[in-house]
Parts: sequence; structure tokens; C-alpha cells
Amino acid sequence: MGHVVGSGRPTLLDTGAPEDRTLINEIDPRTRILAAIAFAVVVVSLHDLRILTGALLFGLALMLMARLPTRSTLRRMVTMDSFIVFMLLLLPFTVPGDEMFTVFGFPATWQGLRQAVEIGLKANAIILTLMALVGSVEPVRLGHALYRLKMPEALVYLLMFMVRYVDVLQQEYLRLRVAMKARGFRPGNNRHTYQSLGYLIGMMLVRAVERSERILGAMKCRGFSGGIPLLGDLAYTGSDVYFALGFGGVLAALLALQFLV
Amino acid sequence: MHIVDGALSNEVLIGGAVLAAGGIALGLKSLPAEKMPAAGVLSATFFVASLVHVPIGPSSVHLIMNGLAGLVLGWAAFPALFIALLLQAVFFGFGGITVLGVNTVNIALPAVLVYCICRRGIGSGSPTVAAIWGGIGGGLAIALTAGCVALALALTGDEFLAAAKLTFFAHIPVMIIEALITAAAVYLARKVKPELFESFTQSPSQGVSS
Repeated sequence: MGHVVGSGRPTLLDTGAPEDRTLINEIDPRTRILAAIAFAVVVVSLHDLRILTGALLFGLALMLMARLPTRSTLRRMVTMDSFIVFMLLLLPFTVPGDEMFTVFGFPATWQGLRQAVEIGLKANAIILTLMALVGSVEPVRLGHALYRLKMPEALVYLLMFMVRYVDVLQQEYLRLRVAMKARGFRPGNNRHTYQSLGYLIGMMLVRAVERSERILGAMKCRGFSGGIPLLGDLAYTGSDVYFALGFGGVLAALLALQFLV
Repeated sequence: MHIVDGALSNEVLIGGAVLAAGGIALGLKSLPAEKMPAAGVLSATFFVASLVHVPIGPSSVHLIMNGLAGLVLGWAAFPALFIALLLQAVFFGFGGITVLGVNTVNIALPAVLVYCICRRGIGSGSPTVAAIWGGIGGGLAIALTAGCVALALALTGDEFLAAAKLTFFAHIPVMIIEALITAAAVYLARKVKPELFESFTQSPSQGVSS
């Protein structure tokens, strides 16, 4: 059945970031995490649409520097939950202000449109920068970097386990779906579908617990005593200093522009 | 249900972050090293389950399953769901950074509440009764999550009030579906491996394996 699932399939957490050296990959993961957080805090505090557009363009430049695949990354950027899209569409009708046009007697306002655009620009600029700077870090290295940034050890272990097993379990899920399909299961709007999917998830949980018992056994056999060594060959270098200075300069410029406008 | 960056007011963002930090700290307390593999693999299972698309009318929704996560993980659902949201933001572009705390509370607090309300029922002698409690928990978790999202929006400003109300009512079909799926999952797990629901409630000294 291996050919159905596909062996060359990229892993679930694979963003398509290149393994080889890119301008962004030269920078220490910790610097990138801190930079992404600082960028988010600064951008959330901005209000001018032109400056926010500049922030989004900056995010685009970072994405190109990280050499993430353009199309899939941009699609991930613009994808939002449907209720958020709905909320943004409603904003022109709920914010009071100057009338733009009316739909069925409900006036849409420029101020509302402006606010919706502002939220859209902020959300996209921040998530794009996050994916470019942090999403391009190899997941296990991300765990080490977060540990060195004083994230509690237990949370880091949880992250490492998830990074490892999300993919294993997705393969298992796909295998079970193939098995269901082979027995004639076709999802539809009926109780049978919901019951079958519920059994599927229940079965996956049962298997997960049994798998975790085997994992714990294997870990104990190798001397697990409550801690997992977190090896980190992380070291700040000269390029981190230049990156921090440049990035800090951009953030300062964004804030200064907001102050001047 | 991921709120994006830039939508909420600073007060709501900070409040959410503080609540999330408290919940995570409490959750980590109930997570000894022995339970780490179980918590990690179960969290990964919920991560995969949240990618399952279920048909609903002409369209489809993806599952949230935070009720079931609460029933299985207890307080550990807080750190587990936080890491899931972190990975989703970093690698999939769902949600955001400054809203991470609010999003964690919106998903994990209902999970823990459901655990507190329904764990008695889940442990009942008959799998059918357990399944009914599972269904109640599954539906209740979505209702509470939708309520928390609506509250976060409504606290930010009056202009979001209409969207907040609509968010809640639009999720009623999702509540029903999650209730049915959670009930079925609980029924199967109770029949096949009843100790699944005791993994994170028994005292650590009893251990997972011998």
C-alpha cells in the first residue's frame, strides 16, 4: 500500500525551506525568534496603512531571502479561518463613519474598510515574517533554540515529541483512511460518517497510547532518567550582530515613520 | 479557531497571555517525565485529528477536538494545545504571535473545563453512558471555544460585536458534529482501552508501565 501514501511525500512540518546555506540560515535561530517577536510587537502598534504596506514588503523580502517556496508560502499567509474573513467583511458595516455604499439598506463605511485593511495587512506581515524567519528553522533546532531562550524543559520535550510523531501519526491516519476507502467508506452528511470518523479518532488515540508505552520502554532501555539531553551547538556570531543591527534599524524606522506621520 | 494578529486590543492580548501562562504552568505540574511520551504522542494525535475534514452541508470543516483532548489529557491539554498552536503558526501560517496566548486560552480552557465537568461521566460503568458524556463534552468544548472567541472580540470593541455573535451561531452545526464524533471516539476507546482516560488522572507513582 506504500505507493498510495507515497514515499517521496514531504513531511507535515516541511515548509520547503532549503537545507543549504541561505542568508537567513546563517543567522542563529535564537536571533531569528527574537526578531520575529519584536517585529510582531512593533507591527501591531502601527496604524498608518502605507507603513504597514512597507512592513508587508519587508516580510516578502525576508521570505525571498529565506528562499521559501513563494507560491505555497503566500497561500499559507493569506489563508485565514473563515470566521476571521467573515469578520473582516463585516467591519465596513459595523464601524460608524462616512458612507461608502449601501447593501440592502446597510451602509458600508470608509472607516470600517480602513480598519479591515489594517488588520489584514498586520496579520499577513507578521505571519509572513514568522514563517520566513522561524518557519525556515529545522524543527528540532527550533526546540533547542527555544530551550536556550529559557522555555521550560517540559514544553521543549513536548515540542520535540510532536515534531517527531505528528508525521508518523499522519502516515498512520492516511493508511487507515485508505483502509476505510477500500471497504467502501465515502464521507457524506450522515450519522454513519460521523460515527466512523469518531471510531477512527478513537482508534488512533488507543494506538497512540500503546505506541507511547513502547516509546517509554525504549527510552528507559537507553537510560532515560527524566531528562532528554538538549544538545545545542548554538553560538552567536558576527552575522547575528549585523542582522540584529539591520533588523533593529528597520523596526526603528517603522516606528519613527509612524511617529512622524 | 485562530484569531489573527492585529485584530484584538492590547488589553485582551496581555490578559490572554497571562491566563495562558498560568494554565501552561499548571498543566506542566501534572506532567511528570514518565508521562512525557504519552503526552507527546497523544498531542501529536490531536494535531493530526485537527487536520481531518468533515463534510457539513455543501462545504466541510476541520475538526478541533479540544473536548476530547481535555478528556484524555486533563490539565496537560494546556501545554499540549499551546505547542500545537505554536507549530501551526510557525510552519502553517495559522493564527499569529501576539495572539498566541489568547488562542491558547480559547482552545485549552474549554478543554480543561470539559475535563472537570465530564470526567466522572466518562468513568461510568457503561460505555454508552460514557459516550453520552463524551458527546456532551465534545459539544460543550466547541460552544465554550466559540464563546471565548466571541468574548475576546467583543472585549476589543463594539464594532466586532456583530461578528462575535455570528461566530457563535455559525458554530452550532460544528458543535453537533464534534459532539457526535467525540461520543463515538469515547465509546470505542472505552470498549478497547478504558485506561486511556486514566493516563493523566492517576497519581504519578502508579506509573505507565512496569
